[in-house]
This record gives sequence, C-alpha cells and structure tokens, in this order.
Amino acid sequence: MQVNENETFVPTIVAFCCNWCSYAGADLSGTNRLQYPSNIKIIRVPCSCRVNPMFILRAFQRGADGVILCGCHPGDCHYTTGNYYARRRMTLLFSMLDYLGIERGRTRVEWVSAAEGQKFAETMKSFAAEIAALGPNRRLEDLRCRK
Amino acid sequence: MQEMMKKRAKTLLADGTVSRVIGWRRGEFSYDVTPAVFETAEEIDRDFVFDAFCGANVSKYLIRESAKEDGRILAFLKPCDAFSFNQLLAEHRVRRENVYLIGIPCAGKADIDRIKKAGIDGVTGIAEDGEDFVVSTVYGDERVKQADVLAERCLACKSKRHPVYDELLGEEGEDLPDDVRFAGVAKLEAMTAEERFDFWRSELSKCIRCNACRNVCPACTCENCVFDNPASGISQKAAADPFEENMYHIIRAFHVAGRCTDCGECSRVCPEHIPLHLLNRKFIKDIDELYGTYRAGEDDGTKNPLTSYTEGDAEASVVRERGRA
Repeated sequence: MQVNENETFVPTIVAFCCNWCSYAGADLSGTNRLQYPSNIKIIRVPCSCRVNPMFILRAFQRGADGVILCGCHPGDCHYTTGNYYARRRMTLLFSMLDYLGIERGRTRVEWVSAAEGQKFAETMKSFAAEIAALGPNRRLEDLRCRK
Repeated sequence: MQEMMKKRAKTLLADGTVSRVIGWRRGEFSYDVTPAVFETAEEIDRDFVFDAFCGANVSKYLIRESAKEDGRILAFLKPCDAFSFNQLLAEHRVRRENVYLIGIPCAGKADIDRIKKAGIDGVTGIAEDGEDFVVSTVYGDERVKQADVLAERCLACKSKRHPVYDELLGEEGEDLPDDVRFAGVAKLEAMTAEERFDFWRSELSKCIRCNACRNVCPACTCENCVFDNPASGISQKAAADPFEENMYHIIRAFHVAGRCTDCGECSRVCPEHIPLHLLNRKFIKDIDELYGTYRAGEDDGTKNPLTSYTEGDAEASVVRERGRA
C-alpha cells in the first residue's frame, strides 16, 4: 500500500505475466505508448503455471493489495497445456481465499496474448480501479511487513 | 470384532502369510489408543485392542512398513483408511505386494472430548450396543446415544465400503450421500465474507503450529515438506502473525487438494480443535462442482483433478460469480 501526495490510497498491485504472451503484451502496450497505472508491478514468469499458490500469498504478505495472473489464452500456451493447469489451480485457490473471507476482487486471472497490448492496458486499468475501490489489503497482510 | 481380529491375525502370523501386524494398542488410558506393530501372538494377546476409540488411520504407517524387506504386514483397514490406502497406491507410495489387507466394518468412532463434554468422566472402556455406546467408567457404566458422542467425521461419513482389501471381516457397507458431509461447508458459504473472515480468524488464531495435522495426514507424504524448508521462513516455529496462520492452513489444504480422502484425521488430532476438515472439504466440494464428482482413493487408476484439465474448464472468475460476497 502506498499513499500519494494528496493522501489518497494508491494500491500496490502485483501482476504475474507469462513470458510468452502477457509479458510481450505488456511490452506491446509500452511500445504503443498506451498508459496503464504505474503501481502495477510486473513479475515475469516462464509460464502461468509456474505460479504456485505460495507466490500469490507471498505477494499479499509483502504488501500487495491485489494480485493478477496473466497468461496465454487457453489453447495458446507455449508449453501447450500449462495455462490449463494454472486455471484449475487458481480457481481453487481463489475459491479458498473467498471461503476464508478475503475479498474476491483482490485476485484475478486474465488471458492476454502478445498481440493484445490494448487489452493489457485496459485490464490493468480496470483491475487497479477495482483494488483502489476495495481499499488496502487488511485481511491477508503481514503486519510485520507494513510500512 | 476384537476377538475375531485377534484370531485372524494370529492365524496369519502362524501360517507365515504375514510377518507382523499393524493395529491399535491401548495407551495410558483406554481412549488414547495408538497404532502399533505386533510381531508375535503373545503381543497381540496382551496389547491388541479394537473398539470405538480406535479411530487412528494406519494407512500412512504402511508407506514405511511396506518398504521394508521383511515379509508382508497385515493391516486392518476401516473404510476411510482403505480410501487413504488406495490413494497412496495410486501415487505409488506403498508396495501393495508387501501388505495384506483385511477390511473391517466401522459404525463410527467415539470422540473422547464429546464424551467428556456429555459429563462422563473416568472412562475406562467403551462398547457398542445397538444405537448406543456403553461407556464404562470408574464410577460405573454409562449409556449414551452414539449420535451424541460420535466424532464429527463419522457423523458425516462418506462411505462404509472398502475400495481395496484382500479379505473382509464382517459385512461390506455402501456409500453414503454427500449432502451431510458438505453441510458445514455450505453453511459457511452462505455467510457473508465478513462473517467467514471472522469465523476463520477465531478458528485459525488458535493454531499453535504443532504440525500434527500435517504429520498425521495420509496424503501428506512428501519426504521434504515445504514447511520444513528453512528458507521458507515458516519452518519449525509458531505462527508469528495472522498471515502465517492463514498461509499455513491454505497451503496445507491446497497441497492435499484432489488427494484428500476426507478421512478427518487432521481434525481428530488437532489439539486446539480447529475444524480443519472444513478446509479440505471446501476443496473437495469445489472439485466436485467444477470438475465433476471425484473421490480420491475410489480406485487406483484415476487422475487427480489438479494434474488434469479439460479445455472447457470454468474460468477463475467463476469464484466471483457465485455465492455471497
């Protein structure tokens, strides 16, 4: 969580992007000079299925207010099937977080291809707006990591 | 039942079919029964017990026991133990040829804490009698309704059937309907996120990180556990923050998702009585609803839903679309 000069809440958002599609999509949105919020921290992973549940929890622990996982569209995975596994895992994990009472808007999965610079920027804008509306992450934070 | 089991065990030991027997031995009190390995008929005569306190699942011990080059081991499995065993078999964690399985019927196991709560103290033994338990105590016999003192997992029993065995003692039972089992999860799902958060905070904050739930779990069989990794920052220590409590329990439940047979051992051993089965059952219920009914341990050839997929799986956004926020 951060606060800007006007004392309004600026969320910290972690975006796990797969190397082959979404990271390239983010790159494209950059080369196209499309704006997306600067509080999105992109972490490049080899494939969306590289992300294990601990990554998501760790991101929240270290101060993220929202976590989004971006990967290739189902069927387009560089490794053929990685995102299918990621989809099942994340669905179950997000359902569990919801079950524990963590706001369900804080987590999201989006499929962004390397050609979708526009979609990447739009997705990040809408996700950042949603997290800003939800406020700081208080239910899954580590107090020792609070700044 | 106990005498039948003893007799059969001694026969199999005598004719050399098995070299040892895994069963239950009475502890200091009649209700702290522990799994034990017996090697001789004398030991069986002296220590072997089987009653409504013998709830421990012996399947996990068979991983080590079946790896020994020391002949076969005889194991008595209740239906839920048999599901756990079958799941271990599917994961190639036990050597089937080294185990001789006898399926035993189970009418549900008593929960000593519920017995004590019912005001019965000084317990020295327990016997089944129709719908009741006759609990013998130092003050005389007490009669209680089984439904009042059965363990939660037994009230929500999923099956009286043994998916795997070499021989059966007693009669084979049937699968039971799932709605009782998922009632607790459904109740939580019907709450608001706020209420659920408060509920889990009050439960999980009791955790002392004794790791008993992990150690007893027949699905937790990794040689190197993520929670023992010194680099994880969470090994061998009590949770220092609510986050760590949440993380431990989410990850523990997630690591057995799709493999958990819902034997309920985690809740049984929890010294703080955290309803851990509600976490495991949430995953089971979700898997059933999203990916088709799946029972871990049902047979040893099916694929775990988390290591398989279909192209038409639900997107993760399904979580936002259903239930209460």
